[in-house]
Amino acid sequence: MTIQISRQVDARGLSCPMPIVNTAQAIRAIGSGELIEVLATDPGSVKDFAAWSRTTGNELIEQSVGDGVFRFVLRRK
Amino acid sequence: MTLTIERPVETAAVPVPEPEVADKTDDLAKTKELVIVNWSGELDKVWPVLILSSTAAASGLRCRVFVTFWGLLPFVKDQKRIVGENWMQKMLTLMQRPGIDHLKLSKMNFLGMGPWMMGVLRKKYNVASPRELLEAATAMGVEFIPCQMTMDMFGLKREDLIAEMGEPAGAATAIEIMTEADASLFI
Repeated sequence: MTIQISRQVDARGLSCPMPIVNTAQAIRAIGSGELIEVLATDPGSVKDFAAWSRTTGNELIEQSVGDGVFRFVLRRK
Repeated sequence: MTLTIERPVETAAVPVPEPEVADKTDDLAKTKELVIVNWSGELDKVWPVLILSSTAAASGLRCRVFVTFWGLLPFVKDQKRIVGENWMQKMLTLMQRPGIDHLKLSKMNFLGMGPWMMGVLRKKYNVASPRELLEAATAMGVEFIPCQMTMDMFGLKREDLIAEMGEPAGAATAIEIMTEADASLFI
Protein backbone atom coordinates (compact mmCIF):
# COMPACT_ATOMS: atom_id res chain seq x y z
CA MET A 1 0.00 0.00 0.00
CA THR A 2 1.35 3.40 -0.89
CA ILE A 3 0.64 6.39 1.25
CA GLN A 4 -0.64 9.58 -0.23
CA ILE A 5 1.63 12.55 0.56
CA SER A 6 -0.15 15.88 0.16
CA ARG A 7 2.84 18.10 0.57
CA GLN A 8 6.60 17.96 0.92
CA VAL A 9 9.02 20.16 2.81
CA ASP A 10 12.67 20.15 1.82
CA ALA A 11 14.54 21.35 4.89
CA ARG A 12 17.85 19.74 3.92
CA GLY A 13 20.77 21.91 4.94
CA LEU A 14 18.69 24.06 7.27
CA SER A 15 19.48 24.42 10.96
CA CYS A 16 17.20 24.59 13.96
CA PRO A 17 14.51 25.92 14.12
CA MET A 18 13.83 26.29 10.39
CA PRO A 19 12.85 22.64 9.60
CA ILE A 20 10.09 22.93 12.24
CA VAL A 21 9.14 26.49 11.29
CA ASN A 22 8.87 25.63 7.59
CA THR A 23 6.89 22.46 8.35
CA ALA A 24 4.50 24.39 10.59
CA GLN A 25 3.87 26.87 7.80
CA ALA A 26 3.47 24.18 5.15
CA ILE A 27 1.12 21.99 7.18
CA ARG A 28 -1.41 24.82 7.23
CA ALA A 29 -1.92 24.30 3.53
CA ILE A 30 -3.11 20.71 3.88
CA GLY A 31 -6.33 19.41 5.31
CA SER A 32 -6.87 17.56 8.55
CA GLY A 33 -5.84 13.92 8.20
CA GLU A 34 -3.61 14.59 5.21
CA LEU A 35 0.08 13.76 5.20
CA ILE A 36 3.18 15.90 4.93
CA GLU A 37 6.68 14.62 4.23
CA VAL A 38 9.74 16.43 5.55
CA LEU A 39 13.35 15.92 4.55
CA ALA A 40 16.00 17.30 6.90
CA THR A 41 19.69 16.93 7.57
CA ASP A 42 19.78 18.52 11.04
CA PRO A 43 20.46 15.63 13.46
CA GLY A 44 18.53 17.53 16.15
CA SER A 45 15.40 17.24 14.05
CA VAL A 46 14.90 13.62 15.18
CA LYS A 47 14.14 14.68 18.73
CA ASP A 48 12.54 17.93 17.59
CA PHE A 49 9.96 16.42 15.24
CA ALA A 50 8.94 13.94 17.94
CA ALA A 51 8.55 16.82 20.42
CA TRP A 52 6.74 18.98 17.88
CA SER A 53 4.38 16.12 17.13
CA ARG A 54 3.54 15.75 20.84
CA THR A 55 3.03 19.50 21.30
CA THR A 56 0.87 20.05 18.25
CA GLY A 57 -0.93 16.73 18.04
CA ASN A 58 0.15 16.24 14.42
CA GLU A 59 0.95 12.57 14.45
CA LEU A 60 4.42 11.42 13.42
CA ILE A 61 3.55 8.27 11.51
CA GLU A 62 6.85 7.41 9.91
CA GLN A 63 10.51 8.29 10.18
CA SER A 64 13.59 6.98 8.50
CA VAL A 65 17.18 7.91 7.81
CA GLY A 66 19.41 7.32 4.84
CA ASP A 67 22.52 9.03 3.48
CA GLY A 68 22.42 11.56 6.29
CA VAL A 69 18.91 12.62 5.36
CA PHE A 70 16.11 12.25 7.85
CA ARG A 71 12.63 11.71 6.53
CA PHE A 72 9.51 12.36 8.56
CA VAL A 73 5.91 11.77 7.62
CA LEU A 74 3.30 13.54 9.72
CA ARG A 75 -0.46 13.50 9.69
CA ARG A 76 -2.16 16.81 10.27
CA LYS A 77 -4.45 16.85 13.27
CA MET B 1 -19.31 72.35 51.46
CA THR B 2 -19.29 72.34 47.73
CA LEU B 3 -16.22 71.89 45.71
CA THR B 4 -16.12 73.73 42.48
CA ILE B 5 -13.66 72.90 39.85
CA GLU B 6 -12.74 76.12 38.17
CA ARG B 7 -11.46 74.73 34.93
CA PRO B 8 -12.91 71.31 34.23
CA VAL B 9 -10.44 69.10 32.44
CA GLU B 10 -11.57 68.13 28.97
CA THR B 11 -11.71 64.38 28.71
CA ALA B 12 -12.71 62.19 25.85
CA ALA B 13 -14.11 58.72 26.26
CA VAL B 14 -11.43 56.06 25.95
CA PRO B 15 -12.59 52.65 24.82
CA VAL B 16 -11.79 49.93 27.30
CA PRO B 17 -9.19 47.68 25.66
CA GLU B 18 -9.90 44.04 25.08
CA PRO B 19 -8.59 41.91 27.96
CA GLU B 20 -5.13 40.51 27.21
CA VAL B 21 -6.09 37.20 28.75
CA ALA B 22 -8.61 34.97 27.06
CA ASP B 23 -11.70 33.68 28.81
CA LYS B 24 -10.62 31.54 31.74
CA THR B 25 -13.69 29.30 31.78
CA ASP B 26 -12.67 26.75 29.14
CA ASP B 27 -9.34 25.81 30.64
CA LEU B 28 -9.29 22.39 29.00
CA ALA B 29 -9.36 23.68 25.48
CA LYS B 30 -6.99 26.51 26.31
CA THR B 31 -4.13 27.04 23.88
CA LYS B 32 -0.75 26.86 25.58
CA GLU B 33 0.95 30.19 25.93
CA LEU B 34 4.53 31.37 26.12
CA VAL B 35 5.52 34.85 27.16
CA ILE B 36 9.05 36.15 26.73
CA VAL B 37 10.30 39.40 28.16
CA ASN B 38 12.95 40.57 25.74
CA TRP B 39 15.11 42.85 27.87
CA SER B 40 18.46 42.52 26.10
CA GLY B 41 19.56 44.13 22.88
CA GLU B 42 22.46 41.86 21.99
CA LEU B 43 22.70 39.38 19.15
CA ASP B 44 23.29 36.37 21.39
CA LYS B 45 20.17 37.15 23.42
CA VAL B 46 17.73 38.50 20.83
CA TRP B 47 18.54 35.53 18.60
CA PRO B 48 17.33 32.85 21.05
CA VAL B 49 14.26 34.99 21.78
CA LEU B 50 13.41 34.87 18.07
CA ILE B 51 14.24 31.15 17.79
CA LEU B 52 12.04 30.27 20.76
CA SER B 53 9.17 32.58 19.84
CA SER B 54 8.99 31.40 16.23
CA THR B 55 9.21 27.77 17.35
CA ALA B 56 6.50 28.35 19.95
CA ALA B 57 4.20 29.75 17.27
CA ALA B 58 5.16 26.86 14.99
CA SER B 59 4.18 24.47 17.79
CA GLY B 60 0.73 25.99 18.01
CA LEU B 61 1.33 28.08 21.11
CA ARG B 62 0.19 31.63 21.49
CA CYS B 63 3.42 33.54 21.93
CA ARG B 64 3.82 37.09 23.09
CA VAL B 65 7.08 38.97 23.49
CA PHE B 66 7.15 41.99 25.78
CA VAL B 67 9.94 44.17 24.48
CA THR B 68 11.60 46.45 27.00
CA PHE B 69 14.78 48.40 27.83
CA TRP B 70 17.77 47.51 25.62
CA GLY B 71 15.61 44.92 23.97
CA LEU B 72 13.55 47.58 22.24
CA LEU B 73 16.34 48.96 20.07
CA PRO B 74 16.63 45.89 17.79
CA PHE B 75 12.96 46.47 16.93
CA VAL B 76 13.58 49.99 15.66
CA LYS B 77 13.49 50.19 11.86
CA ASP B 78 16.85 49.22 10.41
CA GLN B 79 17.24 52.37 8.36
CA LYS B 80 17.03 54.53 11.50
CA ARG B 81 20.46 55.45 12.79
CA ILE B 82 20.12 58.08 15.50
CA VAL B 83 16.71 58.27 17.16
CA GLY B 84 15.42 60.20 20.14
CA GLU B 85 14.41 63.72 20.90
CA ASN B 86 17.29 65.05 22.99
CA TRP B 87 21.07 64.61 22.98
CA MET B 88 21.05 61.98 25.71
CA GLN B 89 18.58 59.77 23.82
CA LYS B 90 20.55 60.33 20.63
CA MET B 91 23.79 59.35 22.41
CA LEU B 92 22.10 56.15 23.47
CA THR B 93 21.39 55.07 19.91
CA LEU B 94 24.83 56.23 18.86
CA MET B 95 26.26 53.76 21.38
CA GLN B 96 23.81 50.96 20.55
CA ARG B 97 22.89 51.09 16.88
CA PRO B 98 19.20 50.24 16.47
CA GLY B 99 17.84 47.65 14.07
CA ILE B 100 17.72 43.86 13.84
CA ASP B 101 20.71 43.74 11.45
CA HIS B 102 23.02 45.69 13.74
CA LEU B 103 23.31 43.63 16.88
CA LYS B 104 26.43 43.35 18.99
CA LEU B 105 27.51 40.35 21.05
CA SER B 106 27.23 40.46 24.84
CA LYS B 107 30.72 38.96 25.03
CA MET B 108 33.62 38.73 22.60
CA ASN B 109 32.29 41.62 20.54
CA PHE B 110 35.84 42.86 19.73
CA LEU B 111 34.67 46.02 17.96
CA GLY B 112 32.40 44.08 15.65
CA MET B 113 34.79 41.22 14.85
CA GLY B 114 32.68 38.87 16.99
CA PRO B 115 29.36 39.55 15.25
CA TRP B 116 31.12 39.42 11.87
CA MET B 117 32.53 35.96 12.63
CA MET B 118 29.14 34.90 13.98
CA GLY B 119 27.65 35.96 10.65
CA VAL B 120 30.23 33.93 8.71
CA LEU B 121 29.55 30.87 10.86
CA ARG B 122 25.81 31.39 10.56
CA LYS B 123 25.99 31.32 6.78
CA LYS B 124 28.41 28.38 6.74
CA TYR B 125 26.04 26.29 8.84
CA ASN B 126 22.88 27.67 7.22
CA VAL B 127 21.41 29.06 10.41
CA ALA B 128 18.53 31.52 10.00
CA SER B 129 19.44 35.13 10.75
CA PRO B 130 17.59 37.20 13.36
CA ARG B 131 15.90 39.04 10.47
CA GLU B 132 14.69 35.80 8.86
CA LEU B 133 13.47 34.54 12.22
CA LEU B 134 11.69 37.81 12.95
CA GLU B 135 9.89 37.53 9.61
CA ALA B 136 8.93 33.91 10.32
CA ALA B 137 7.82 34.78 13.84
CA THR B 138 5.56 37.63 12.77
CA ALA B 139 4.20 35.61 9.83
CA MET B 140 3.16 32.89 12.28
CA GLY B 141 1.49 35.30 14.64
CA VAL B 142 4.03 36.00 17.39
CA GLU B 143 2.87 39.21 19.02
CA PHE B 144 5.43 41.82 19.99
CA ILE B 145 4.41 44.32 22.66
CA PRO B 146 6.66 47.36 23.03
CA CYS B 147 7.09 48.84 26.50
CA GLN B 148 5.58 52.32 26.57
CA MET B 149 7.87 53.54 29.34
CA THR B 150 11.00 52.51 27.42
CA MET B 151 9.65 54.22 24.32
CA ASP B 152 9.17 57.42 26.32
CA MET B 153 12.55 57.22 28.00
CA PHE B 154 14.41 56.47 24.78
CA GLY B 155 12.39 59.03 22.81
CA LEU B 156 10.98 56.41 20.44
CA LYS B 157 7.74 56.90 18.55
CA ARG B 158 5.52 54.21 17.06
CA GLU B 159 6.80 55.11 13.58
CA ASP B 160 10.41 54.53 14.71
CA LEU B 161 9.55 50.90 15.46
CA ILE B 162 9.04 48.20 12.86
CA ALA B 163 5.46 47.84 11.63
CA GLU B 164 5.11 44.38 13.22
CA MET B 165 5.22 45.82 16.74
CA GLY B 166 1.86 45.79 18.47
CA GLU B 167 0.16 48.28 20.70
CA PRO B 168 2.52 49.62 23.41
CA ALA B 169 1.72 48.58 26.97
CA GLY B 170 3.16 48.66 30.47
CA ALA B 171 4.31 46.50 33.35
CA ALA B 172 0.80 45.53 34.46
CA THR B 173 0.14 44.06 31.02
CA ALA B 174 3.44 42.18 31.23
CA ILE B 175 2.49 40.80 34.65
CA GLU B 176 -0.98 39.79 33.49
CA ILE B 177 0.22 37.90 30.44
CA MET B 178 3.13 36.31 32.32
CA THR B 179 0.97 35.01 35.14
CA GLU B 180 -1.57 33.61 32.70
CA ALA B 181 1.00 31.96 30.44
CA ASP B 182 2.13 28.36 30.74
CA ALA B 183 5.74 29.49 30.66
CA SER B 184 7.42 32.85 30.81
CA LEU B 185 11.01 33.80 30.22
CA PHE B 186 13.07 36.90 30.89
CA ILE B 187 15.94 37.15 28.43
